Amino acid sequence: MLFKYENLEKNSIILVIGILIVVAIGGIVEIAPLFYLENTIEKVQGMRPYTPLELAGRNIYVREGCYLCHSQMIRSTRGDVERYGHYSLAAESMYDHPFQWGSERTGPDLARVGKKYSDSWHQEHMHNPRDVVPESIMPAYPFLAKTDLDYRNIAADLRANKEVGVPYTADDIKYAVADLKAQLDPDSDGYDAFIKRYPKAQARDFDGNPKKISELDALVAYLQMLGTLVDFSIYNDAANSR
Amino acid sequence: MTHQDVANFAESWGLAFLFIMFVVAVVYAYWPGYKKKFTKAASRPLDEE
Amino acid sequence: MTTLDSPPTVSNMAKGSMTLFLGVGVLLALLIVAKTTSAAMAFHGYIMIFAFTLGIVGVINLGFGKGGRITAEASPAGVFYNDGVIKACVIAAVFWGIVAFLAGDILAWQMSYPALDLGLPWTNFGRLRPLHTSAAIFAFGGNVLLASSFYVVQRTSKARLAGEIAPWFVFWGYQLFIVLAATGYLLGITQSREYAEPEWYVDIWLTIVWVVYLLVFLGTLWRRREPHIYVANWFFLSFIITIAMIHVVNNLAVPVSFTEPKSYSLFSGVQDALVQWWYGHSAVGFFLTAGFLGIMYYFVPKRAQRPVYSYRLSIIHFWSLIFLYIWAGPHHLFYTALPEWTQTLGMTFSIMLWMPSWGGMINGLMTLNGAWDKLRTDPVLKMLAVSIAFYGMVTFEGPLMAIKAVNSLSHYTNWTIGHVHSGTLGWVSYVSFGALYCLVPWLWKRKELYSLKLVNMHFWISAIGIVLYITAMWVGGITQGLMWRAYDNLGFLKYSFVETVEAMHPYYIIRAVGGLLFVIGALIMAYNLWRTARGHGDAVPIGQAVPAE
Repeated sequence: MLFKYENLEKNSIILVIGILIVVAIGGIVEIAPLFYLENTIEKVQGMRPYTPLELAGRNIYVREGCYLCHSQMIRSTRGDVERYGHYSLAAESMYDHPFQWGSERTGPDLARVGKKYSDSWHQEHMHNPRDVVPESIMPAYPFLAKTDLDYRNIAADLRANKEVGVPYTADDIKYAVADLKAQLDPDSDGYDAFIKRYPKAQARDFDGNPKKISELDALVAYLQMLGTLVDFSIYNDAANSR
Repeated sequence: MTHQDVANFAESWGLAFLFIMFVVAVVYAYWPGYKKKFTKAASRPLDEE
Repeated sequence: MTTLDSPPTVSNMAKGSMTLFLGVGVLLALLIVAKTTSAAMAFHGYIMIFAFTLGIVGVINLGFGKGGRITAEASPAGVFYNDGVIKACVIAAVFWGIVAFLAGDILAWQMSYPALDLGLPWTNFGRLRPLHTSAAIFAFGGNVLLASSFYVVQRTSKARLAGEIAPWFVFWGYQLFIVLAATGYLLGITQSREYAEPEWYVDIWLTIVWVVYLLVFLGTLWRRREPHIYVANWFFLSFIITIAMIHVVNNLAVPVSFTEPKSYSLFSGVQDALVQWWYGHSAVGFFLTAGFLGIMYYFVPKRAQRPVYSYRLSIIHFWSLIFLYIWAGPHHLFYTALPEWTQTLGMTFSIMLWMPSWGGMINGLMTLNGAWDKLRTDPVLKMLAVSIAFYGMVTFEGPLMAIKAVNSLSHYTNWTIGHVHSGTLGWVSYVSFGALYCLVPWLWKRKELYSLKLVNMHFWISAIGIVLYITAMWVGGITQGLMWRAYDNLGFLKYSFVETVEAMHPYYIIRAVGGLLFVIGALIMAYNLWRTARGHGDAVPIGQAVPAE
């Protein structure tokens, strides 16, 4: 025994139980209903799980702490919507484990940054942000283009996502490495199978260096898809209002 | 269960429950029999160690 | 002299089971080193092997050759208090405090001059920032809480800490958690959950340490010599229990493999966001508030030599504070994709929180009633009093910022950073400094601190630092928020985003200067505490003439 104690004393146990009850209520009332109230997540067209390459890029986004300066959550305020586009839907982050909504805007919101800038803009920006935006205070990430992407565990990454509820199929997991490579080369043999699994996914060499699968490839692939999935031309704001 | 059900429950039973809990805490704090105990406890940090 | 207890001993049974536990830890760490594909996790494996092995040596050495007897001195009241582990917590708190403040100031300069990021992975803002927040909250704040809770629970219970190995396990286990977390961030291991960044295996380790902490605390309460539990212990207990609850729920995740650092959180999107901010704001409420209120309810009466102003108020304060705090999380998610009803609940409870918060502030400040003159002569008491004033200010500002209309302006801006730092620098750090200035002479058995003049200097330098910091962030934050929503007369947005970045430059510099002053203050404190512990003389009370030699 690590402890020598006289008795399980009554007052302290009452206090412990009292504290537990009192602090549990708020969380239960606020959080639990989000899992079963049907209108929590809107009905939309176009959402799909991340491709293996995008997921790898997202993991780099997480690793480098991008979320500490960039939000991915456009609020329904006029200022936000005019600057960044349609306000973010809960559906748009339904496959995000974990979410990346952020809490600060030291840099701009990135929820709809996809396809806004060219790949070469992103490449230069990551190499040194001040080359393209002189007033920027973002750190430079020159090492991303030089570092080979480590995708040894990418199938396991997809499997773990499946276990927490992302609808990856057995084939998605089986061909994760092939899909990752195919997205970087639309002329390759695996491309047709890839695009069938991830319809409308953007496929090309993202880092400007076809000979290398770099971390920059993955990160730019992720950034270029952000906010591009949901088809807002057929989205019904009124039907989903809460 | 809809949002309306949850809201109705919260506005009736939920509110009553919370109010009763608050009353219990206040009654405990102001229970006359505990006055001596609490006055003594207020000086606990000043006791000899 | 008669003592109330027999001198402390450690059993071979306890030593054996702890050795076994740490031995299993070494084996698991070896497994990680052998199988992982991640160099960073392998590095963590080596740290764990090193730490657990040292732990085994330490456990075997405890009471070795003395029949398990632990060296301990009885207090005047006849209790064998365990002060050794508290001394260790105090030293760690001062060390980590300086690391945390320094890291914060480096970040502040990086935001002013981005070339300071150096373009290297492990020196970039994004990896250093969690190091700053974790070092400040968990390493500095956590060690202050360990030290003060261990001190207060023993003194108010008139009993020695439960267990001989367990309190040391809590101390060293907690330091291991800090080292794994901090090195992990620099090497790119993070869950990206703010203030809960460490990955799954570090989370499990912290859970084990935390449960032992709870048992040590409860076990000590069970030995107490009075039926009533003193209210400071209520706050400490609610802090320990609630942190356990929110830590476990917020960190639920599925690891990619048991030898890989990466995991994916159990929840996604909107649910994940609310779970995280339920955690995030409860960490503020229970780690940075309830725990430090426990400090207030012991150290302020003790230092002022006055009883608690209203013990009844402290009871109502306690229950309403812990009940309301847990609801406040949604105010981090106003106008987002979080359902409206949750936002409304979050706003309502955040505003109600103003009441118990000010109840606590009034109780703390009124305890000084009849001792106000001491503020002129005792800079330590002045620090404690000002910390309570900051607590009052920041718990007024908080509910204000939790009004949706205000929040639509303040959210995502530096105003939030200013708000947080009036809490962490003005309230948490000042009350911690006050507690440390009290604890070091008590623990090292010195009559007074080495120098009260240096305390006064620390007080003023860091106060100027705080004022520079928060005013820069207020003005900067509101400027930022207004620029984001400014329109020209055609109804178009007036400023590009990067213009708002440029506008922040002078405020970032002022903030960095303020932060630097705060670091300097902390260094003065470290020097003063070190001289005190070494017994280099007692201070002459301020305002009294130095006797002629």
